[in-house]
Amino acid sequence: MSNISSIIPLFTAIPLGGAFVISLIGRKARWISDLLAILTALVICVLSLLSVRIYNMYGVLTYSVGGWIPPVGIGMVLDGLTTFMLVVVNLVAFCVVIYSINYMERFTSKWKFYTLFFLMVAGMNGVIISGDIFNFFVFLEIASVASYALVAFGTEKHELEAAFKYAVMGTIGSLFILLGIALLYGYTSTLNMADMANVLAQKNTTNLTLMVSVMFLMGFGLKAAIVPFHGWLPDAHPSAPAPISAMLSGVLIKSLGIYAICRIFFNVIGISQPISSILMFLGALSMVVGGLLALGQWDLKRLLAYSSISQIGYIVLAIGLATPLGILAGLFHLFNHSIFKSLLFLNSGSVEYITGTRDLKKMGGLSQNAPFTSTINLIGSMSIAGIPPFSGFWSKLFIIVAVVQAGRFGYAFWAILVSILTLAMYLKVTKYAFSGSLKESLKHIKKVPVFMKLSMAILAVITLIGGLLLVPGVDELFLKPAADTMLQGVRYSTGILTGLK
Amino acid sequence: MIIYFLCLVLFAIGLYCVLRKRNIIKIIVGIIISEYAANLFFILTAYRIGGRAPIFQEGVDITNMVDPLPHALVLTAIVIGLATTALLVAIAMRIYEKYGTFDITKIRELNG
Repeated sequence: MSNISSIIPLFTAIPLGGAFVISLIGRKARWISDLLAILTALVICVLSLLSVRIYNMYGVLTYSVGGWIPPVGIGMVLDGLTTFMLVVVNLVAFCVVIYSINYMERFTSKWKFYTLFFLMVAGMNGVIISGDIFNFFVFLEIASVASYALVAFGTEKHELEAAFKYAVMGTIGSLFILLGIALLYGYTSTLNMADMANVLAQKNTTNLTLMVSVMFLMGFGLKAAIVPFHGWLPDAHPSAPAPISAMLSGVLIKSLGIYAICRIFFNVIGISQPISSILMFLGALSMVVGGLLALGQWDLKRLLAYSSISQIGYIVLAIGLATPLGILAGLFHLFNHSIFKSLLFLNSGSVEYITGTRDLKKMGGLSQNAPFTSTINLIGSMSIAGIPPFSGFWSKLFIIVAVVQAGRFGYAFWAILVSILTLAMYLKVTKYAFSGSLKESLKHIKKVPVFMKLSMAILAVITLIGGLLLVPGVDELFLKPAADTMLQGVRYSTGILTGLK
Repeated sequence: MIIYFLCLVLFAIGLYCVLRKRNIIKIIVGIIISEYAANLFFILTAYRIGGRAPIFQEGVDITNMVDPLPHALVLTAIVIGLATTALLVAIAMRIYEKYGTFDITKIRELNG
């Protein structure tokens, strides 16, 4: 048992080690840093897929750091939700690294990019596997600080402005999380999340838990860019280099925001009616506001960024329902969104690469001389807009069915309306950028390099067959355990505490 | 009780500074103030009235000690704060090179 548990710390150790080695020897030659980055990303991607198999064989696994038995020491946990998120993060990270080989050539110090990138991946994996709330906060900050630096990577005017805004708002969010942790520690005298859930379950709900809930909602809401806290996202995501936009939109806002909300509110504090209503309201609000704002954008990446806010709204709405179907649908949409949104952001990067602009008004007729980019855009757009064979259709259908099943017809109406808005905004991209007559300035454009094509092809195939995850038999491997972990609520602690002893 | 309240006031001063000041450096100072207020609050949760240093000795009663754990945690939080502040100052310097000003009302090319 203990031999298998030692896989858990590898998820942070390997990217951290990779970042360290790349920063040491990567500056010697470009191919060394490329090779090391691919190897690191491949190893953690394979390990995360392996963890699904391990979870299905052995159930919940725990690891005590340094041999100190929790609740005194720091614990790491591998359960259903953890394996699910690990697969999402590391799969997207792997595709993004393949893409960066060609795309990041234009920047001078590629090894710095890879170092920061793997620090961010280590932080995200750490947030996901950590079973200790302060350790969770430390990893969250590692991922955030690395992402602030990555947004500013180009060090041009816009990048710096967006990074400063993002860093200030992100730091304020982290401060609220730290205050919440301090209050919770003062109340329960423990930092282990499972133990904390136990102690909180024995005490009655007081105003203190409500106050802590609000602080966490603000902090994690800022990280997840739910609507009243979304101000940094539409600046930060378009300004970053395309692989980083894909990482930020695809997985960072989900692992630091949505995952943290799921873990804290479902498994530690325990979901209550007011919190559930607030989550649903904020989800519906981000859905509508993000969708409406996206429709008016002419900058391709800014449009995608607002659309991320809107899709995050779907996930929060479904998870806020706290019904079995709602949680399942929300997590499934999380998986799909991370795949197709990173696909779309990577594709916007290749549009920028071949045409040199992000302005939709300056494009036109790209389908004639860039057929691959055009096809990828079509696949990504149809998936996010919810056209049947693609994975996005199934998750949106499930969300709407779950909302109707819970009797929230108003929210169901908004969900359907925003799905039409989504279709409209992606039709706009297709119309202005890809169809129509070819503009004179775009006659002689560059070709998309092979590694960029490869990574986008992988993601496109995943989004094409993603709906299969819902097939009975397959869903028990991957999706069901994650939803079940959240449904267990605060009872999840008993499994972990017995595992530790 | 009053000390917790003062801690909250310090946090609010920092937040006010972030929200209202126009100079980038002053915004960074506001973040630092808020951060120290959060750290101070965390330390205060460890305090026991009349408590002593948490050193384990033979024949000494282990009750009535201050809690040592938050001190260790706050040290970590201070280091994280250092990293964030260093990054913010570095970005602020680069912004000054590009825009030639620290005034955020003049640095508005993006409007999220």
